[in-house]
Amino acid sequence: MITENISTPVISHKKKLSLTINGEVKTLEVKPWVSLLDCLREHLDLTGTKKGCDHGQCGACTVIVDGKRILSCLTLAVMKDGASITTIEGIGKDGELHPLQKAFIDHDAFQCGYCTPGQICSAIGMIAEGKAKTRTEVKELMSGNLCRCGANTNIIDAIMEVQEGLTNE
Amino acid sequence: MNDFNYTRVYSMDEALANVSLGKGHRVIAGGTNLIDLMKYFITTADELVDINPISEHQTIEELPDGRLRLGAFATNADTAYHPLVESRYPLLNRAILAGASAQIRNMATNGGNLLQRTRCYYFYDINTPCNKREPGTGCSAINGYNRTMAIMGTSEHCIAVFPSDMCVALAALDAVVNIVGPEGTRQLPFADFHRLPGNTPHIDNNLMDNELISSIDLPEKGFSSSYSYLKLRDRNSYAFALVSVATALDLEHGLIKEARIALGGLAHKPWRVQEAEDFLKGKQASKTNFEAAADLILQGAKSFEFNAFKIELAKRAIVRNCMMALDPDTQQPGAQPSL
Amino acid sequence: MSTMEKNYKPEQPAVGQSISRLEGYEKVTGAARYAGEFNVSDLLYGYVINSTITKGKIISINTEKAEAIPGVVKVFHHKNRPSLAWFSMQYADMDAPPGSPFQPLADHKIKYNGQPIALLVAESFELARYAATLVEITYEQEDFKTDLIANITEARAPKGGLATFLKPPPPKPVGNFEKAYENSPFQASGKFVHGTEHHNPIELFTTTTVYKGKGKVTIYDKTQGTVNCQLYVANVFGLHFKDVRVISPYVGGAFGSGLRPQYQLFFSVLAALELKRNVRVTLDRHQMFTFGHRPPTVQFTRFGASADGKVNALNHEAIAETSRFEDYTEVVVNWSHMLYPAKNTLFKYNLVPLDVFSPLDMRAPGGSTGLHAIESTMDDLAYQMKIDPLEFRLINYAEQDESVGRPYSSKELRQCYLQGAEQFGWNKRNPEPRSMRRGNKLVGYGMATGIWEAMQLPARASATITTEGKLHVNSAVTDIGTGTLTVMSQIAADEMGLHMDDVTFTYGDSKMAFAPIQGGSFTVSSVGSAIKAACNALKKKILKKAKSIGNSPFKRVKIDEVIFADRKMISIDNPAVFISYSDIIAANGHKVIKSVNFAMPKVFKLKKYSRAAHSAAFVEVEVDEELGIINVTRAVTAVAAGKIINPKTARSQILGGMIWSISKALREESITDHRFGKYMNMNIAEYHIPVHADIHDLQVIFVEEKDDIVNELGTKGVGEIGLAAMPPAIANAIFHATGKRVNQFPIHFDTLM
Repeated sequence: MITENISTPVISHKKKLSLTINGEVKTLEVKPWVSLLDCLREHLDLTGTKKGCDHGQCGACTVIVDGKRILSCLTLAVMKDGASITTIEGIGKDGELHPLQKAFIDHDAFQCGYCTPGQICSAIGMIAEGKAKTRTEVKELMSGNLCRCGANTNIIDAIMEVQEGLTNE
Repeated sequence: MNDFNYTRVYSMDEALANVSLGKGHRVIAGGTNLIDLMKYFITTADELVDINPISEHQTIEELPDGRLRLGAFATNADTAYHPLVESRYPLLNRAILAGASAQIRNMATNGGNLLQRTRCYYFYDINTPCNKREPGTGCSAINGYNRTMAIMGTSEHCIAVFPSDMCVALAALDAVVNIVGPEGTRQLPFADFHRLPGNTPHIDNNLMDNELISSIDLPEKGFSSSYSYLKLRDRNSYAFALVSVATALDLEHGLIKEARIALGGLAHKPWRVQEAEDFLKGKQASKTNFEAAADLILQGAKSFEFNAFKIELAKRAIVRNCMMALDPDTQQPGAQPSL
Repeated sequence: MSTMEKNYKPEQPAVGQSISRLEGYEKVTGAARYAGEFNVSDLLYGYVINSTITKGKIISINTEKAEAIPGVVKVFHHKNRPSLAWFSMQYADMDAPPGSPFQPLADHKIKYNGQPIALLVAESFELARYAATLVEITYEQEDFKTDLIANITEARAPKGGLATFLKPPPPKPVGNFEKAYENSPFQASGKFVHGTEHHNPIELFTTTTVYKGKGKVTIYDKTQGTVNCQLYVANVFGLHFKDVRVISPYVGGAFGSGLRPQYQLFFSVLAALELKRNVRVTLDRHQMFTFGHRPPTVQFTRFGASADGKVNALNHEAIAETSRFEDYTEVVVNWSHMLYPAKNTLFKYNLVPLDVFSPLDMRAPGGSTGLHAIESTMDDLAYQMKIDPLEFRLINYAEQDESVGRPYSSKELRQCYLQGAEQFGWNKRNPEPRSMRRGNKLVGYGMATGIWEAMQLPARASATITTEGKLHVNSAVTDIGTGTLTVMSQIAADEMGLHMDDVTFTYGDSKMAFAPIQGGSFTVSSVGSAIKAACNALKKKILKKAKSIGNSPFKRVKIDEVIFADRKMISIDNPAVFISYSDIIAANGHKVIKSVNFAMPKVFKLKKYSRAAHSAAFVEVEVDEELGIINVTRAVTAVAAGKIINPKTARSQILGGMIWSISKALREESITDHRFGKYMNMNIAEYHIPVHADIHDLQVIFVEEKDDIVNELGTKGVGEIGLAAMPPAIANAIFHATGKRVNQFPIHFDTLM
C-alpha cells in the first residue's frame, strides 16, 4: 500500500491567508493541501482559471502571481499568502477587453475555449518578460500551453498582432 | 495527496532543524515536482516545510574570485535570464530554457532542479513494481517499454534517467554544489552529486536527508565563445529529452584547448567521459575528431528492447552539437537542431 | 401596417460571412462556465476508485479506514450499490455499439485495467482523493489479453445490428481481385500499424448533479449529447424522463469522447440520488485514459495498376481491437473504392475482442485510419510507375462512387487537387526522393486525398418570434467548440430575414428541442436543417396570423408570394405591402408565435446518391538527415464540403484537423505494457500532443461546391475532413524527403536516422 509510510494520518487545520486577487484583498481559510488552482475555483468561485491536468502538463491553470506567469495547480494556496494574483477575470479593465482578449476573438484563437484563459494569461506573462522577439521564439515560449482543438496558429497570430502593437508604441 | 501540516521557515537554521526531524518533513520550494509527486501519492509528507520565506540564497552573485554563485532558491528563469549567466554562461542559459515550460521555470528553483525525480513511466505508476519507488519490488522498465530509459550506467535494479536539462550544463561547466547540514557546510563537485542506481536506485543523489543545498558555484570560465545545447525529444518543446548534449569548447587557432561534453537523457545522472574530453585536447575542431570522441563516450553503452536507437542518436547528437558549438549563433529556440 | 420606403435592399445574408464566435467574450474573460464550474451550495465531491488489475474479481472492499475520517460521507461500490436497471439495454445510449454496455458497479467482475469500481464521496475534493487511497481492495487476478498484434489470429467478423446504419460493413467483392492483382504490371502493398489514441480534451470529464428532490435532478455534464445523457440517466436510475435535465452550455473539447455518457455521470447521479445532496465528480487526467479510445488497428493493402496508370485491383483489410462486451466498429476499408474506380476489389474488416474498454469514435474515426493505408499505397504505386502522385490521382479520378454505382450529390475534389497544388507550389517538386534539401535537412513534398461521408440525422428545433419581434431559436445540441452557436444563429437569421443581433440561439440543454449527439460532422446538416424547418413553419404561422387581421392585404397571398426580410414579411408582388414582426406580435395579443419542427433526411431522394466531403492535402516536411527530427514546415488543405456557413469558424475546424493530422502522424500514442494490460503514459506530459513549437505554416482553401441534394442547406460538415488527407500526406512527404516509407503511426523521428 502506498500510504504505508504514514503511521498516523495527519489531520491538518485550516490556515488563514490573505490574497490580493485582481486588485481585491480576499481573506479566507483553507487547509494546506488546497492548491492555488482549487482555491480559486472551489473556494473563491473564480472558475475562469481552468484545470486541465492538475499536474503541470497543460498550462490551462496559468495565472500571474506577483507579475510572473505560473501554474496554479503546482502551488499551494497557503504558499501564496500575501501574494498578488491576476486571473483571467482580472485581465480586462473596467469592462474593457485587454487587447489580447480582443485579438483572440478576432483571430478565432480558440474553439472550445478551455485552454484560452491559460493561453491569454501566459501570453501576457510572456510579453512582460520581453524575451520573445520572433514568431519562433513566441511559439517556444508559449509551448507550455497546450491546445487540443488545434487553434495553435490562430493563437500565435493573435499574440503576434498584440506584441507587434506593443513594440510599435 | 495525503493531508499534511504546513510550516514556513525564515532561516536556514530553522529549515535544517525541521528537516532533521525525519522523513515525514519535506522541504518545499518551487513545488513543481514535489506537488506533482504528492498528487500521485508517489511521495507523502506529514509536514511541508516552506523555505520560500528564507531571504538568503535567492540571488545570483559574483564572488570576489570571479566565480558565480547561483542561490539554491533562485528560480530557473531568474537564473537563465541573469545578465551574467546570459553573457558568461550562455550554455547554462540555453539548457535551462530547453527544460519544462516558461511557467514552470518561473516557479522551479535551482536546488529543486538538482533534486527532481525521474520521469520513468513505472516510477510514476504506483501500481507497478519499481525499485526506485519501492525498493526490492523489481524494475518494470528493464523488460518493459523502455524507449525513454538509460543506456549508460544502468544496473539490474534500475534503468531510469535523470530528467534535468539544467544539470547537464552544470555538469559540463564543472559546477560545485554547496550543502549545509547540521555539521556545517560542505561542497560536492557536480559529478559527485548525483548517483548511479547500483543496488540503491531509491537514492538519487548524495545529499543527506538532514541537509539542504544552499547554492551552486560556477567556475569563472564560462565557455561563452564556443558552446551549444541540443535537446532531442518526441516533440519540439515541453517534453523530456531522449538525448541532450551540452558542449563547451575552448578553442585556440582552430585547436581544442579544452572540451566539455555532457549528456542528458542517457543515464541516472548527467554523463561525462573524461577520456573523450582528453582525446579532444590539442586536436582540430573537426567532425572526424568529434566522431571519435562520441565513440569514446558511448563505448560502454548498453541498450534495451526499445532504446537501442539512443546509442546512434547520442553519437550523432554529440557530433552535431560540437559542430553547432563552433557557431553558437545558429542555435534554435528550444535547443532544436540547426545548421 | 405602414408603407415602406422604396429601394428596399435585402440585408447581406449572414450565411457565408466570417463572423467571430458569439460566445467569444465569455470564453476570453473566463465567464464561460463549464460542467465542473457550477458552484452550487452544499456540494459534495466524489472521487472514483479504479481497478489496478486488468481482469478478475474483487474479493473484498474494506472502506472502514476511509469512512472513519471526518468529512468522508460514503463509499459506493458493487456490494452497496442500490438496485438499478438490471436489463443490459437500459444502459445502451444512442451511440452504443452492438453488445452489452458496461454497467458500473454491476458486480465484482473486473473487465479491464482502470475500470471504475467505487466512488468515495467527501466534503472536499482533496479529502475525497486522499481517502480513496485508504479503501482496501483485494482481487483475484485472471489471465488477460490486451495485445492486438499478438492476438491477431483471433480476428472475427463484427456483429451486425443497428450500428451498421451509420457504419456500413465493407462492400462486397467486385470482379476477381486475386487474379487482377497478380496480372497487374504495377503492384504496391503495405502493412499499416496504428496504436491506441485517447481523445484527451483539455477539460476533464466532470458532472455536477444538483439534487432537486423527489427523483428529480439537474445535471451539468461534459457531453456531446444532452438528450443522450438524459435518456441514459432516466433509464439506468428509473427516473421519469422529464425529471432529468442535462445542461451542457460549454464543453471544453470532446472529439468523440463525449458521444457516450462517461462514468463520472453515472457516479455523480448515483451519489446525488442516494445521498440526496449535490455531488460533483471530476475525473483526473489519468482517469481520462480509462474509457473509450481510438482502437489500435492493423491494415493490409494490395493495390494493382495497369500500364496506363489505372488502378484496377484494390484490396484493403483491417483488423481492429474491440472490448469483450461490445463490438465497436469503424469504417476503415470502404473508402478506396469510393475514390478510385477499380474493377476488382476485396475488402475485409474484422475485430479482435480484448480485455480493454470499448473503443469510441475519435475525430474522423475509421477514415483517418483507413486513408493512411490507402493514400500511402497509392503514393507507393505512383513512385513505382514514375507518375506524379497528383497526376496519378487525376488519372484515377472517380466521376461516380463505384463502390455502390451511384453518382455523388456533388464532388469538387478535382478543384481541391488543382487549387491546393497551385497554392502549395506542387510543381516545384523534384520527383526523385532525397533530391531536395535545405542545409542538412532533407525536404519532402507529399500529397493525399481525403473523403468523409456527409450525413444528416433527424433533429428538432424550436423557433419563436419574441414579444420584441425578434427571433429565438433553440436546440438541445451542444457546442463542443465547433462554432455551433454562431453558425446556427447565422442560419436562423437568414431564414427570417433578421440581423444577427436580433437572433438568439440557446442550446446545450436537454429540455430544449431534440438534437442527436454532436459528432460525425453532421451537426450543421442535422440541426441546421431543423432550424430551417422550424423557421419555414414559423413563416406560415406569421402569414396565417397576418391573414386573420381585419382588412389584411395578405388575405389572398400565398406563402411563396412573400419574403421575410428586414424584420418583416413582405409581399413579393408589391413591396409596399408588408408587416413587421412586432406588428404581428401586437396583432397576436402581444403573445409570442412559436413553432417546433422536425427535419429528417430525405431518404428516398438521397438513396440515389453518394454524399461526401472531399479534400486534398499538400505537405512539406523537413527531416534532419542525421538526427531524423521531423518538422511539417508547410501544409495546404483544400476542402470541398458544400456550403460553408461561416468561413472563419470552418477554417478553424480544418486547421484543427490539420494539427490533429500532425499529431496522429508524428506525436500521439497511448503506450500499452501488455504484461500489465494497461497504458503507461496516462498523462499529457508523456502522451504527446503538439505544442505551439510544433506547428508551422498551415493554409486552408475552401473550394466552391454547390449541392442541392445533400440537404436543404447544401452543407457537408467540416469537423472530420481536415484530418482525412493530411496524415498520409505527411507520411508521403517523409518518403519523398528520405526514401523511407514508415507505415507505423506515430512515426518516431529515430526511425529516420
